Amino acid sequence: MPEAPAGTLYRGREGMWSWVAHRVTGFLIFFFLLVHVLDTSLVRVSPEAYNAVIGTYKNPIMGLGEAGLVAAVVFHALNGVRIILVDFWAKGVRYQRVMLWVVVGVFVVLMAGFLPVHLSHVFGGE
Amino acid sequence: MTATTTSPAASVGEVPSFDVTLRFRRFDPDAANPEPFWQEFTVTAHGTDRVLDAMHKVKWELDGTLTFRRSCAHGICGSDAMRINGRNRLACKTLLKDLDLSKPIVIEPIKGLPVVKDLVVDMEPFFASYREVMPFLIAQGNTPSKERRQSPEDRARYDDTTKCILCAACTTSCPVFWTDGQYFGPAAIVNAHRFIFDSRDEGAAQRLEVLNDKEGVWRCRTTFNCTDACPRGIEVTKAIAEVKRAMITRAF
Ligand code: FES
Repeated sequence: MPEAPAGTLYRGREGMWSWVAHRVTGFLIFFFLLVHVLDTSLVRVSPEAYNAVIGTYKNPIMGLGEAGLVAAVVFHALNGVRIILVDFWAKGVRYQRVMLWVVVGVFVVLMAGFLPVHLSHVFGGE
Repeated sequence: MTATTTSPAASVGEVPSFDVTLRFRRFDPDAANPEPFWQEFTVTAHGTDRVLDAMHKVKWELDGTLTFRRSCAHGICGSDAMRINGRNRLACKTLLKDLDLSKPIVIEPIKGLPVVKDLVVDMEPFFASYREVMPFLIAQGNTPSKERRQSPEDRARYDDTTKCILCAACTTSCPVFWTDGQYFGPAAIVNAHRFIFDSRDEGAAQRLEVLNDKEGVWRCRTTFNCTDACPRGIEVTKAIAEVKRAMITRAF
C-alpha cells in the first residue's frame, strides 16, 4: 500500500539498532572485499598496474577509510559472536542487552588501542 | 469535548481529566485520490483512560469515519494492535498516563500488512502463515478413551507460548517481515513452538520441516522488536531461538 507522506520510523530498541549496525558494517565489509578482490587480481594483469593502484591508496583519506574498515570488522565480528550466543546459548536471549554493552565496551577498548597507532602512521609520515 | 462536563463525569471527581491530542495516519481507499494522510484530533480524557478510550471519543463525537478494529477492549481478542508512538501496542492496554502527553500521540496502522482503511489492515497473509504451521494437536493412534495426561513440568515447557492472542503486534514489528512478507513471522513460530514442545503432540517433525524453509525460523535476525511488542509479555525471540535449537538437536 502507498507509503507517501512518510510514516514514522519504528522505535525499536537496542536489539533493532544492533541489527541495523550489523547490516551496515556487513555491507561495508562486503563492498571492501569486492574492491579488494578486483585490485588484487590486477597483479595478474600487470604488476606495474597493481603497484600504481596500491600506491594511490597511500593518502590520508584512504587511511581514514582503513580505520573505518577495521572498526566495521571489529564490530561485526564481536556482534556476530553475540548473535551466535543469542541463538544457541540457552541463556543468551536473557542477556542479549548485557552482551551488547559488552560488545560495545570491547569495541571501544580495541579501537582505543588501534586508532592512535594507526592514525599516527597515516598522518605522521612514514 | 462538551461531554466531560455532564454530571456523571463530574461525580467521578477525583480522577483528573486533561486534553490529549491524537495524530492518526489515515487512509481512505474510496477517496478520489487514495493517499495516506495525517490528521489530528484533541479530546478530553481521564487519568484512567486508555488510548482506545480516547479513540472512541474521536469516533463517537468528532469523526465517525475514523476506522479501527476493536472488540473486547480488554486485551483478550487481539483486534486493536496498532503503532502507538512508533511501537506496536494494543490501544486497549496502553494507558494514556504512561505516554508523553505534551506531544500528540502518534497512531499508525501496523507495518507490513496491506492497509484496508485507516488503522485496519488485511490480516490474511498473517493468518495464512499461522495455518501453515498446523496450530492444532497432531496425534496418531486410536482415539483415546480418557484424557491425554501431562505432567506439570511438561506443561510448563510451552506455557509461555500458549498466551498468544494473534494480534500480529510481533510479526508486524519485525524488520525482516516488513521487507519480506513471505517470512512466516514471529507469531506463526510462537504457535508452532506451542505444539512442538507439547509432550502430547506428535507433529513436531512436520512443523520443524515447515519452519526449516528458507522463509522459516532462520530468517529471524534477533532484533527483539517482537519481544518488546508482545502485549502478553511472551518472550517471542526466546521461543524462536528454542525452535532454531530444536531444529539442530533433533536433526542429529
Ligand atoms: S480490543 Fe480486544 S485486545 Fe484490544
